[in-house]
Amino acid sequence: MEAVVVQNMTKTYGKEKTLAVDNISFSVAKGELFGLIGPDGAGKTSIFRILTTLLLADSGTASVDGFDVVKDFKSIRNTVGYMPVKFSLYQDLTIEENLSFFATVFGTTIEANYDLIKDIYVQIEPFKKRRAGKLSGGMKQKLALCCALIHKPTTLFLDEPTTGVDPVSRKEFWEMLRRLKEQNITIIVSTPYMDEASLCDRIALMQGGKILSIDTPDDIVKAYREKLYAIKANEMYPLLKVLENYPGTLNSYAFGEYAHATFKDQMKNMEEFERFLAEKQLTGVEIKSIEATIEDSFIKLLH
Amino acid sequence: MAQGEKVIVCDKLTKRFGDFIATNEITFEVNKGEIFGFLGANGAGKTTAMRMLCGLSTPSSGKASIAGFDVYTQTEQIKRNIGYMSQKFSLYENLTVKENIEFFGGIYGLTDQQIETKTEELLNRLGLKSEAKKLVGSLPLGWKQKLSFSVAILHEPKIVFLDEPTGGVDPVTRRQFWDLIYEAAERGITIFVTTHYMDEAEYCNRISIMVDGRIEVLDSPTNLKRSFGVSSMDEVFYQLARSAKRGD
Amino acid sequence: MKQFISFVRKEFYHVLRDRRTLLILFGMPIAQILLFGFALTNEVKDSEILVVDYAKDNASQQILTHIGASRYFKISKAALTQKEIMSTFQAGKIKAVVVIPVNFNEDLLHSNKAQIQLIADATDINTANMIINYLSAIILEYQNQINENLEIPYQIIPETRFLYNPQLKGAPGFVPGVMALVLMLVSVMMTAISIVREKETGTMEILLVSPFKPVLVIFAKAFPYLILSLINVTAILLLSVFVLDLPVKGSVPLLFAESTLFIITCLALGIFISIKTDSQQFAMLISLMGMLLPTMMFSGFLFPIENMPLPLQIISNMVPSKWYYIIVKSIMIKGLGFSSLWKETLILLGMTLFLLAISLKNFKIRLQ
Ligand SMILES: Nc1ncnc2c1ncn2[C@@H]1O[C@H](COP(=O)(O)OP(=O)(O)OP(=O)(O)O)[C@@H](O)[C@H]1O
Ligand SMILES: [Mg+2]
Repeated sequence: MEAVVVQNMTKTYGKEKTLAVDNISFSVAKGELFGLIGPDGAGKTSIFRILTTLLLADSGTASVDGFDVVKDFKSIRNTVGYMPVKFSLYQDLTIEENLSFFATVFGTTIEANYDLIKDIYVQIEPFKKRRAGKLSGGMKQKLALCCALIHKPTTLFLDEPTTGVDPVSRKEFWEMLRRLKEQNITIIVSTPYMDEASLCDRIALMQGGKILSIDTPDDIVKAYREKLYAIKANEMYPLLKVLENYPGTLNSYAFGEYAHATFKDQMKNMEEFERFLAEKQLTGVEIKSIEATIEDSFIKLLH
Repeated sequence: MAQGEKVIVCDKLTKRFGDFIATNEITFEVNKGEIFGFLGANGAGKTTAMRMLCGLSTPSSGKASIAGFDVYTQTEQIKRNIGYMSQKFSLYENLTVKENIEFFGGIYGLTDQQIETKTEELLNRLGLKSEAKKLVGSLPLGWKQKLSFSVAILHEPKIVFLDEPTGGVDPVTRRQFWDLIYEAAERGITIFVTTHYMDEAEYCNRISIMVDGRIEVLDSPTNLKRSFGVSSMDEVFYQLARSAKRGD
Repeated sequence: MKQFISFVRKEFYHVLRDRRTLLILFGMPIAQILLFGFALTNEVKDSEILVVDYAKDNASQQILTHIGASRYFKISKAALTQKEIMSTFQAGKIKAVVVIPVNFNEDLLHSNKAQIQLIADATDINTANMIINYLSAIILEYQNQINENLEIPYQIIPETRFLYNPQLKGAPGFVPGVMALVLMLVSVMMTAISIVREKETGTMEILLVSPFKPVLVIFAKAFPYLILSLINVTAILLLSVFVLDLPVKGSVPLLFAESTLFIITCLALGIFISIKTDSQQFAMLISLMGMLLPTMMFSGFLFPIENMPLPLQIISNMVPSKWYYIIVKSIMIKGLGFSSLWKETLILLGMTLFLLAISLKNFKIRLQ
């Protein structure tokens, strides 16, 4: 069964008709974990707002759990959970007060759904008497998450939920999403973290209001045809410069301790390249051929 | 790297809020021209520490000097010698790109002549020429962050403090942002940066990782990975954060 | 219902934790009342009063002692004709004259009723009004005193006359004025700002995407300000009665009922502003310029409406606070009942319903 269906959705803003969502169609199955991945301004937030009935699309149709986003907006509001991007809580209420407020607004209590939020909530629980305004950036984000989850929604919309959250907590958060999924909750999430994208069942790579590609993470990576190299040197910044200036380079960029690069002609002439590097006084050079990741696919699509 | 000259010297710097110790006796030094990564889990005390170093909040105890100036008594001089990009967006959303640059140039006492050339340079470098007259609020986040950074170093400060500058920014723009950081470091500007992206940790010369208000480890990424016997910074971070008491 | 209560509780947290706003909310009316009161009592203090006692009997003597004991008046006595009284006023020294007619005591004893004439110089309306208020209060007090053990009560009727400005144009009474102002400020501005703040922080988005009825969000947010405003009304009344010795002549419950109506008018206005604006600053500006200024200008509190050019007079009819001001003044100072105020009440009610209606109509269940 499809939980979310979007057909030919278009959304423009303002008098100039700035195009935010450009004739997009996709569907998400019940219990699926679906990722919207794209740079800022790709139209992710607009899609979230249309699906949560906060905005009306200019054209096209959409439904959530079988309810039409325009006609049945009340039913949708009763069942979905939503965490807006850069959602700030009530700064002058404590953690506990914020959470219990949102629980009652959704007609439930913290106790009733405690196990849903437990993993994240235990991390901020020791500070539950502290006002939200005095929490660190990531702690606020965790609280916001708890607030969105507290009513056990059937479909969950999370707009960049882990921005500002530290790596360990992000891992825990995604484990939590996995568990929600097991309870047959449909989740649509957007994220700027590419490692998270690979944890989704399917992802849509978006840019400029369009979907560039929509598939499982594995298949998206498989679609990466070029041969990718990881190159390392003791001097990172000079290495990047050298790669940029090498005439055979198609695309090169930093990737953690390595630089990743693709070359024209699938790099037939490896020796020439090695010579080129040696000339530039780089030390500890190491070159290896590697498998692409989602991040590489994404960078290539945007390139 | 100009070895020897220390631009940040921090000795047992502590910040308490009531009886809660947010930053607990942190001690470290940062060299001129270094890119220093300041990592730690949420609530570890990074922002709190950074605010003290910028002269924005008074330490509860301990000593620190920034570019040779004392954080207790010489906050004015400190502010003249540093740039700061806060965790929240720090430009004026309802001013245009150009107006923002001009405003901050003016704040830091640049002459009209200087502001003009700087603005020109900056717009070219960021590829924002056609956007110069757009309101900053209408720009994508990544562009805003690049602009914020450029504005923070407009007055060629000795040190620039960046609090999660790339949070929420897409992979491509993030890399462009780091290009800007590298360029600034090349010019001798010391970079003090917090991030939750572990690949960005690799781009730093040295990093410290805070746990519960204390600095647990401090070294180059390579050395850290070696001493923890793991292959990625992610794992180093994971092991350390697991030992955290706060929040358990 | 539980949701509503939890919502209202949260609103109270917001209000109570914002110390500075709270201080303004309650400090301002108190300061205003005291300031006005102080400035005015100073004028009244040591006012020269002339007593013309034609009766010279027991009762008149006692009343005069009472008046003489008041800290506000400097009394001199004289036996004068009406004409001579007028000329003393013209000299400008005397602020008021108390005339006790012949046979005062006898009238009181036989017909249980007697009159006292109070004549005030109404060139300075506020002062005149204060003086008459005080004098009436003193006479009333005396009447109550002699009535203490009586079955058929005596009645002393003060007959008041204002010279030079007999219809008392440019109405007196800063208390009703301050009340209108304060309620405007608290209800319109605070409600508008607090709703717009939720828009700014993004919490409105969450609330909209929840089973909680959007309209209820608005009402729940307005509700605490109704309570706060009523507390303010009470505070102002207590101050004016106990600190400024300005009694409420009419019915206190009626006064509260009318105030509640006016507060709801203001809340509706605040809600309307919040629906139409997206930033706190703008909401504040609109409330100040669009609501507070007209209240000052057109309610008749600072500037007599009768002296305004016709177009302005017509505009003044559209300002809710004008009607509220008239109502409060009538209840507090003239002691009128609902029967003489139903017209004004109806107008206010109409405005409230109109504002609520357009607010509901404009209320958006979506973001744009
Ligand atoms: N004004 C304050 N009053 C009380 N506690 C505070 C205050 N400011 C910060 N804290 C607490 O100090 C601790 C450290 O906060 P800080 O903002 O420095 O964390 P951080 O390392 O920057 O985290 P993040 O990665 O989430 O931004 C947190 O527990 C926070 O709640
Ligand atoms: Mg921080």
